[in-house]
Amino acid sequence: MGSGCAAHSSSSSSKWVMENGDEPHVLAVDDNIIDRKLVEKLLKNSSCKVTTAENGPRALEFLYGTFNGTGSKVNMVITDYCMPGMTGYELLKKIKESSATKEVPVVIMSSENIPTRINKCLEEGAQMFILKPLKQSDVKKLTCQLMNCKG
Amino acid sequence: MEVGQMQRQWVEYIRSLFMEGFLDGQFLQLQQLQDENNPDFVVEVVSLFFDDSEKLLNDLTKAIDLKGTDFKRVDAHVHQLKGSSSSIGAQRVKNACIAFRNYCEEQNIEACFRCLQQVKQEYCLVKNKLETLFRLEQQIMAAGGSIPTMELSF
Repeated sequence: MGSGCAAHSSSSSSKWVMENGDEPHVLAVDDNIIDRKLVEKLLKNSSCKVTTAENGPRALEFLYGTFNGTGSKVNMVITDYCMPGMTGYELLKKIKESSATKEVPVVIMSSENIPTRINKCLEEGAQMFILKPLKQSDVKKLTCQLMNCKG
Repeated sequence: MEVGQMQRQWVEYIRSLFMEGFLDGQFLQLQQLQDENNPDFVVEVVSLFFDDSEKLLNDLTKAIDLKGTDFKRVDAHVHQLKGSSSSIGAQRVKNACIAFRNYCEEQNIEACFRCLQQVKQEYCLVKNKLETLFRLEQQIMAAGGSIPTMELSF
């Protein structure tokens, strides 16, 4: 498995960079149980600690909870776009609207390659947009950015 | 049958599944995720897929009604099934779902009904194929062998 991703302490203004050498804690949100299992394994294989949520409201509840000491700090949120109730886009907006959570990088996943959708998410502050189905190389790219890998 | 022969049989079988389009590269991604810490990962994910798909197919059967069909609801179910089949590499199921969604958009109930039959058929086929594959794997493991690593060389 890959390796050599050294975490640097945050002297740069990059929102991605973690502040310490611990494993990144990623909150993965998807209403589809198969996709949740897959993204969880992909992230664990990239040395991440993972919490999964099956919808936006539960994800937000967990995220806010980490500020009250329930669960460790979330370093990144990865969410599906198409979810019933609160979409991934709406979840992204909520995360970016709150001063407590707006610095958390949010990555959107979708099975549909729709440029207007992608632009909308990037404009709202999504760090990246990934097409499903997810592959190990996609997740490695993400986690390397999160840990500020060089080369 | 000795282990080497069983392993060759497994390789030929899985290769045929790719050649016939039942599986695509995403299935290899799943296999690559299986390791000593998660030796049953593929079977676990595929089992989730079977359970989830059966539920969705039941819901779809009930939702497609000549008397009145909520196409949005049907589309939502097909979208889910398309997503999960895509995530595990069940290519023919995924493709059948794509066609199905087009007819949902057109609100063509007869075509939707035919698509549902098509999706069910593809699902049954891939389910049987994967169960056969897993049985072969169990036989290899029981005989003390290991599952060959599959490279997509075609």
